[in-house]
Amino acid sequence: MRYHPLTDADRGAMLAAIGVESVDALFAELPAGEPTFDLPNQQSEINVERALNAFAKENLSCADAPSFLGAGNYRHHTPASLDHLIQRGEFLTAYTPYQPEISQGTLQTIFEFQSQVALMMDMEVANASMYDGATACAEAAAMACRITRRSRVMMSGSVHPHYRDVTQTQLKHLGLGIACLSPDPIGIEDLIGRVDDSLACVVVQNPGFFGHLSDLTPLSKACHAVGVLLVVCVTEPVSLGLVIPPGAMGADIVVGEGQSLAGPASFGGPGVGLFATQEKFIRQMPGRLCGETVDADDRRGFVLTLSTREQHIRREKATSNICTNSGLIALAFTIHMTLLGEAGFTRLAEVNHANAVTLANKLDAIKGVKVIPQTFFNEFSITLPQRAAAVAETLAQKGVLGGVPVSRFYPRYEELENILLVTATELTTEGDMNLLVESLTELLS
Amino acid sequence: MTDHTNTTSGHRGLIFEEPLIFELDSMGSTAVDLDEPEHDIDRLGGLRRRGPVGLPGLSEPEVVRHYTRLSQKNYSIDTGFYPLGSCTMKHNPRLNEKMARLPGLGDIHPFQPESTVQGAYHLMDTLASWLKKMTGLPAVALSPAAGAHGELCGLMAIRAAHQAAGNDDRMVVLVPESAHGTNPATATICGYSVESIPGNGNGRVDVDALTARLGPDIAAVMITNPNTCGLFENEAKVIADAVHAAGAYFYMDGANFNAIVGRVTLSALGVDAMHINLHKTFSTPHGGGGPGAGPTVLSDALAPFAPVPFLVHDGNGLRMAEHAGDKDAPQSFGRMKGYHGQFGVFVRALSYMMSLGIDGLREASGDAVLNANYLRVRLSEELTPSYDGICMHEALFDDRFLKDTGVSTLDFAKSMIDEGFHPPTMYFPLVVHGALLMEPTETESKATLDQYCETVLALARKAKRGDTAEEFLSAPYLTPRRRLDETQAARKPVLRWKPEPLNHAAR
Repeated sequence: MRYHPLTDADRGAMLAAIGVESVDALFAELPAGEPTFDLPNQQSEINVERALNAFAKENLSCADAPSFLGAGNYRHHTPASLDHLIQRGEFLTAYTPYQPEISQGTLQTIFEFQSQVALMMDMEVANASMYDGATACAEAAAMACRITRRSRVMMSGSVHPHYRDVTQTQLKHLGLGIACLSPDPIGIEDLIGRVDDSLACVVVQNPGFFGHLSDLTPLSKACHAVGVLLVVCVTEPVSLGLVIPPGAMGADIVVGEGQSLAGPASFGGPGVGLFATQEKFIRQMPGRLCGETVDADDRRGFVLTLSTREQHIRREKATSNICTNSGLIALAFTIHMTLLGEAGFTRLAEVNHANAVTLANKLDAIKGVKVIPQTFFNEFSITLPQRAAAVAETLAQKGVLGGVPVSRFYPRYEELENILLVTATELTTEGDMNLLVESLTELLS
Repeated sequence: MTDHTNTTSGHRGLIFEEPLIFELDSMGSTAVDLDEPEHDIDRLGGLRRRGPVGLPGLSEPEVVRHYTRLSQKNYSIDTGFYPLGSCTMKHNPRLNEKMARLPGLGDIHPFQPESTVQGAYHLMDTLASWLKKMTGLPAVALSPAAGAHGELCGLMAIRAAHQAAGNDDRMVVLVPESAHGTNPATATICGYSVESIPGNGNGRVDVDALTARLGPDIAAVMITNPNTCGLFENEAKVIADAVHAAGAYFYMDGANFNAIVGRVTLSALGVDAMHINLHKTFSTPHGGGGPGAGPTVLSDALAPFAPVPFLVHDGNGLRMAEHAGDKDAPQSFGRMKGYHGQFGVFVRALSYMMSLGIDGLREASGDAVLNANYLRVRLSEELTPSYDGICMHEALFDDRFLKDTGVSTLDFAKSMIDEGFHPPTMYFPLVVHGALLMEPTETESKATLDQYCETVLALARKAKRGDTAEEFLSAPYLTPRRRLDETQAARKPVLRWKPEPLNHAAR
């Protein structure tokens, strides 16, 4: 096998040193009667490539069709240097940096990542990442309950349904009550009227799942007046290049999905969960944290710190059971943010927004189509005169990935059946938009 | 001799001092040149950001150099031997990276119409089939994102099964004292209280103590096998039978699955659930701390409670069951992860499995165990193995060999760094004093192992001389940074760069 360096001569010499007859003799303690497995034997690299290419060819790649898909997962341009850098073996094949003397590379990138995320969110601190946005959201709700010593969570209808589902699952055995408000396509839910001092936190998303941008300042004030924390989810961090960040609107915990800045969708995973909060809450924070310190020669260096919160030290008293997180995707995120810088990040957000405004105007002009939100960033919902799932399917047959039908998430809500989520990014061309408009017009006429 | 380490630039040959990106800022620079937006009509509703974010600006060459230099401050499996017990740091084949980047696999969106992603579904279904056949269990939940997440999946399924059977007064999970910290942490998230089961002196679970504790309040037993001492729990089936007879479930922590792949089925061990760390056993890269994936295989008793999403075969191909409580998933305990799991990790793992095949996987576990026993035997010349006899894929030593030397396990491990080796896992498992847990994996050559053994033996002899403690205490000497002050980091946390120039000691 090409990945196994031992030769038969090596094995023989090693067995002799150990004093056993055969490799199989090392497994004498396993149950007698080795099973047979109905699985194929080893294959050459060429054959494996052929097999996986065959899977790939069965899919319609977003590289081959204009894509307007979003719903928490966004396709942006990936600079060539990004994918090159994350494939450096010293990053790709390193373990978690538990030995800081020989992990300063990873540690410094985490420190820079934490700094960038905190700045983008306008929060005081961020952690080294979580699995994804949805699990980060669940951890945030649990953290709010620990901080406030309250046990009720209210989740807005603007929050991504997967984030809501994951939060409900992850908190279901902790004795916490979670009130999920109905999906809110037109953005009229009254959260402030529902805030009271029995709540640990209110969880909202901005921009919301249906695209709306909201000023969260009145809500955060209402929350803080009665000791409730505001948790804000950001599923499209590119928006932070243009929109007032959650911290500036009074968020206590901000979570998000970093995939859109880290690389291709990869069918939804792996992503990278972003997690930021205020300094006073850091000891209740889940996940790894990197901190600055000095070495024996008094030079600046970085270490994983505050690990007394974590499972490998605290075991059943830990703030979370998280161990492995999403290091390499966090690295991709931070490299992309460094490539962009202030000027590039702002420009990226402006181009996304401008393209979305152009697309919204074009779609709104189609008879029977209506753009729902008044305000949005790069994604918005539209109402169609027929079922959105069927429309998306027909568009796909024509080679256009036209949007995400909301019924995919809310199959039991008839009133959402005709709603399609549509996204434009810097990769969306005028030609792509016109193709969508023409296809949709033809389909609806 | 002249001291050549004090240079004007601060660099030392190929070891570069590298500032933070914030200290490299050239205001206004960017490495990404996008066209100007077509217009500036805004539908932000007055929520436009009012000030700068505060991000530094760098050009592309500066960015590439920054991360290249940082990368060179890392140890990695590509660079050297990583005998990190419990972590299975094996070679990461680049074929897997190439496959994950095929546009038809990397550049697909989770919410494309299902008719346009049948290839992705077939790939996931194929991976699931491999995992089921390799373990002999009938079902697998692919979506957990990591080992600990897989544990949560298994325990949530167990709790759902107990609830469905009206047994929700079973609220205790038994965990051996040698377990990974994630096991008790996971059980707590499931609302369970955790009780520790002692070992038996041979490094295995004390079966009498365990069976004596079984009763109507026990929900599950979580056992790592091979265990964290590197030993096979040879009474696993006896334990499983007792657990089942008492009405509880048997969870196996699969972190060490690499030792037994292709040699035993979990069904033969009576396992109800086990997570599989694709980033350990199936070679997907650790990436400096993830992403991983922790698919969890489930027995018939637990399969109905599996989390969404999962694939369903019907006349038109495959579709995804995405909603707990729907007709496809009436008893599912819910959703654990956004989208469809760690698809990019699935691609890499399947590429690896197909490359090795079942014969190659069996050879892998054989060589992994052979390498560990070779280390155990050779190092026993100076080190003190914690248990006698054959080990599985990792060899456990304790610090008796350092008694009265003034050198601790930590000092000893740090001195290995100067010799070019990554230290083993230290102070884990907790059941032996000053543990050094070494897992070589199957992708190391005999030459590497020999060099490692000679180095470690020489260090042990040096420590035993009795007059070298000071030297060990200050190791490592040859790294980009010497030992770091972890106490200061925790006492006065500095977790981010701040705009003020007083950000500590930018020397």
